[in-house]
Amino acid sequence: MEIIMSVVIGFLFMAAVYLMLSKSLIRIIIGTGLLSHGAHLLILTMGGLGGTAPPVVAEGVSISDYVDPLPQALILTAIVISFAVTSFFLVLAYRSYQELGTDNVNLMRGTEDDD
Amino acid sequence: MINLLLFPVLIPLLFAAILLFFPKNIRMQRSIAALGAGLALIAVLFLIAKVKTDGIQAVTLGSWDAPFGITMVSDLFSALLVLSATVITLFVIFYSFPTIGVEREQSFYYPAVLFLLTGVNGAFTTGDIFNLFVFFEVLLMSSYMLIVHGGQKPQLRETIKYLLVNIISSALFVSAVAFLYSVTGTLNMADLAVKIPQIEATGILTVIAVLFLIVFGFKAAIFPLYFWLPGAYYAPPIPILALFGALLTKVGVYAIMRTYTLFFTMNTDFTHELLAIIAILTILAGCIGALAYFDVKKIIIYNIIIAVGVILFGVSQLNEAGVNGSIFYLIHDMLIKAALFFLVGIVAVIFGTSNLRQMGGLMKTYPVLGWVYLITAFGLAGIPPLSGFPGKLLIVQGGFEGPQFWGSIVILVTSLLVLLSVIRIFVYAFWGEPVETVPLKKSTYRQMMIPSVLLVALTVFLGVGAEFFMPLISGAGEVLLNPSIYIDAVLKE
Repeated sequence: MEIIMSVVIGFLFMAAVYLMLSKSLIRIIIGTGLLSHGAHLLILTMGGLGGTAPPVVAEGVSISDYVDPLPQALILTAIVISFAVTSFFLVLAYRSYQELGTDNVNLMRGTEDDD
Repeated sequence: MINLLLFPVLIPLLFAAILLFFPKNIRMQRSIAALGAGLALIAVLFLIAKVKTDGIQAVTLGSWDAPFGITMVSDLFSALLVLSATVITLFVIFYSFPTIGVEREQSFYYPAVLFLLTGVNGAFTTGDIFNLFVFFEVLLMSSYMLIVHGGQKPQLRETIKYLLVNIISSALFVSAVAFLYSVTGTLNMADLAVKIPQIEATGILTVIAVLFLIVFGFKAAIFPLYFWLPGAYYAPPIPILALFGALLTKVGVYAIMRTYTLFFTMNTDFTHELLAIIAILTILAGCIGALAYFDVKKIIIYNIIIAVGVILFGVSQLNEAGVNGSIFYLIHDMLIKAALFFLVGIVAVIFGTSNLRQMGGLMKTYPVLGWVYLITAFGLAGIPPLSGFPGKLLIVQGGFEGPQFWGSIVILVTSLLVLLSVIRIFVYAFWGEPVETVPLKKSTYRQMMIPSVLLVALTVFLGVGAEFFMPLISGAGEVLLNPSIYIDAVLKE
C-alpha cells in the first residue's frame, strides 16, 4: 500500500511541477492545487497506513489495530488552508487578468517602473 | 493569569474581527486599530515581566498534557520578539493615518494589519511545529491581502509571484512536517528535542533539517531563495513595506533560530556550517543589491537581506556570544528597518519619486529629517554607541570564537558597504542642488515625523542603554543554548 501511495504522491508532484512551469496562469493554479494534494497524501502515508479500528478506546481492540488520528487532523487543517489560498489565487488571477489584460506570465515580467 | 501569553495573539484577533463590521467609518477604524495594538502592547509588557520573574510560561490548550495537546510557549526570546513586533505594528498604524490614503483605509486595511500581527505573534509563541505552519499561513494570508491592497498593476503582478513562491514553500513545509512526524512520531517542539537525540539514523534527520532550512529560508530570504523579495516588497506603499520589512522575514529567521538551536543539533558539523556559509553568501548578495540600485526603497530592501545574513551567522556559531548577538541584532534590526522605511517614505513623498537621481538639497528645507536619517543610518551600520553596534560586536566575537572565523571578517568588511549604501541616500537626497519638491502640508509632515522620531529614539535608547537590556538578552540566549530549560518548562509534568 505504501508503495502505491508513494507512486501516487510522486505522480502528483510531477504533474504539479509540470503545470507550474507552464505560462498560463490558470494552469499554474491547478498545479498548486495538485502540489498541496500531494503534500496531504504524503502526511497520510507518513503517519503509517493500516489499522482498521477508529482511534477510540474500546474493548477487544489492541493498540496495533488503531488508525493514527494525528495525520488526519493535520490534513484537515492543511486542506482548509490550501483551499483558502487557492480561492484567493483564483480571485487574484481574475483581477490581474482584468487589469493587466493577459494571463500569460511571460508578459507579466518587467521592472516596477514600467507603468 | 495562566493564559497571559495568549493575549498578544488573541487581542489583535478580536479587534480585527470587530473592525470588519464597519469598514467605512475611518475615525472608528483608526482609533480601534490603535487601541487593539496598544492593549496588545500592554499585555506583552506584563508577559515579559512575568517571564522575567517566573521563568518560561507554557499553556497546553484544552489542558491536554504536553506531547498530545497543542502547546503555546513563551520564553524570554519569543516574548522579546512579540514585544518588538507589537511596538512596530503600533507605530505603523500611527504612520498609516496620513500616508496610506482614505480609499485603502475604507477597504479593510487595519483589520489586515491586526490579523498580520496575530499571525506573527502566534508564530513567535507557538511550541508546536505544525501550529507554526498554521500561524505562518495566518500571517501569509494577511500579507497577500496587504501586498495587493489597492490593486495597482505592479502590485497585482508582484503578488502573483509572491503568492506562488509561498504556496510552494508551504507545500514543502507540510511535506517536511510529514517526514519529521514519520521519523520521530511527535510534533511538539520540546518533545522533538527529547526524541531526536535518541534516534540513531542522523542521516535522515539531516535531510529533514535542510528541508526545514529551505522552507524557512523562503520566508527569511536567505541566499538563493531571496529572489522574490525585492520585487514583492517594492510594490506596496511605504507603511505596508515597513511592516513587511520589519516583521515578515524575521519570522522566518526566528523559526530557523528556534529549530536549529532546539532540536536540529544532531549533526552540527554539516547543518550549522551550511547555515554559516549560506549566511555569508546572503550578506554578500544583499550588499551587491544595495550598492547596485539608485532607488531609496530598493537600497533599504536589500539591507533587509544583509541583516538576515548577519543574524543567521551569529546563530550558526552556537556559542554564547554569537547567539546573544543574534538576538540583540534581531530586535535592533526589526526596529531600525521600520524606522528607516518611515524616514525614506517621508523623503519619497517630499520628492514625489523614490529615484535617487531626481533628489537633492533637502538639508536646507528639512534639517530635522536629515539629522534623524543620519542617526538611523549610523545605527544601521553599527557605529557605536548606536543600537547596531552591541549586537554586531557580539556576533563578530562569536564568529572568532567559533569555527567560521572568516565569516566575522566578512561581516566587518560588509558593515562599511552597508554604511556606504545608506550614506549614499543621505548624500544624494540631502546634499547638492535643491530640486523642486512636492508641497507637503505641515500637519501631514508632523504626523509622519512623530512616529518615525519616536522609533528612532527607541533604537538609540536600545543602543545607548545596551547594558540595561543585556540581562534580558542573555536570559533569552540562555534558553536557546540550553534546550533543557525549554524542555523542562514544557514537559514539566
